[in-house]
Amino acid sequence: MDLLKAAEQAFSVKADHSAFHSGDTITVHYKIKEGEKERIQMFRGVVIQRRGEGITQTFTVRKISGGIGVERIFPAYSPFIEKIEINKRGSVRRARLFYLRGLTGKKARIKEKRF
Amino acid sequence: MQGLIGKKIGMTSVFDDSGKNIPCTVLEVGPCVVTQIKTTENDGYEAAQVAFGEKKEKNTPRPMLGHFKNAHTTPKRKLAEFNLDKGENVKPGDVITVETFNKDRWVDVTGDTKGKGFQGVVKRHGFHGVGDKTHGQHNRLRAPGSLGASSYPSRVFKGMRMAGQDGGRKVKMISLQIMKIIPEHNLMILKGSVPGAKGSYVLIEK
Repeated sequence: MDLLKAAEQAFSVKADHSAFHSGDTITVHYKIKEGEKERIQMFRGVVIQRRGEGITQTFTVRKISGGIGVERIFPAYSPFIEKIEINKRGSVRRARLFYLRGLTGKKARIKEKRF
Repeated sequence: MQGLIGKKIGMTSVFDDSGKNIPCTVLEVGPCVVTQIKTTENDGYEAAQVAFGEKKEKNTPRPMLGHFKNAHTTPKRKLAEFNLDKGENVKPGDVITVETFNKDRWVDVTGDTKGKGFQGVVKRHGFHGVGDKTHGQHNRLRAPGSLGASSYPSRVFKGMRMAGQDGGRKVKMISLQIMKIIPEHNLMILKGSVPGAKGSYVLIEK
C-alpha cells in the first residue's frame, strides 16, 4: 500500500479538499469545456458521501433542482475543479447520508453545526 | 537488458494534462540480480538470467543455493531469462534497476491471470445462454446449446468451446504505455491493466 501511495505522490496534486465532510453544504466551481471556450459551472448542494482514498477519492453532492433530486459525483482531485466553497457546516451522525434520498422538503434539512 | 522481473503492487488512476482520468497499474520492477550468462558456445543462444524477490535460505534447495552463491547474491524467489541489448555487457552479480527502461515508452507485460476455477461457457467464452428466462423455459439459461450437426460428422469437433478451467493461465499484454518511472522506489507506472493479482510476479519486456 505504501508503494501505491508513493506512486500517487509522483503525480502532483495541487488541491487539498480535506476541509469538508458529509453533511456540509458546498459549492463546487467546475470548469466546463465547450468547444474552444471554457466556462465555470457551479453546483451547490449537500455532500452525502466521500469515498476512496488518495488520488482516486470522490465525493457526491446532492441538490434539489426544480423539485427533482440531482446527485453529482466529483473526482476530488479532478483538475476541472476550480475551487470548492463551503457554505454551511452540517451536524450529522453518519458518514453516508443516503437517507436524504427518501426525504423531501423540510424533512430533508440538515442541522447546522454549532461551534 | 531487454526485460526485468517485477511485482504487481496495485491499480490507481491519474489525471493527464487534458484532465482525463487514466487507469494505471503500479509495478515494483527490480532491482534484479544477474545470476547467469547464457552464451552461444555453452548454450547455443545469448541471454542473461536474472533473479528477483527475497527468499529464506532454509526454503531454498541446495542446488539453487549454490547457483545463487556463484552469482554472489542471496536466494531469490523468481528467475527469468532475457535477451541482452546490443553491445551490453553484464556479469553474474550485476544489479539491474528499473532505470534500464528509462528510454522506453512502451513495454510488454507477461503474468498469470487470476484463477477463476471451473467455469461454464457464459463466463468462460462469452456465450449468451439458450433462450428465455421465463415463458415455461427452465434450466437452459446458461447452457452452451448445440455442439454441432448430427449423423454427419457424428462427432464433436476438436477445440469446441465448452466449460472448463478459466483463468490461471499465462497472458502477455503488449505495448503498455509507460506513464512514469520512479527509481527511488523501483516503481513503474503503466497505463491500463496487467494480468494477475496484487503481489504476483510479472515479466516486463521492452
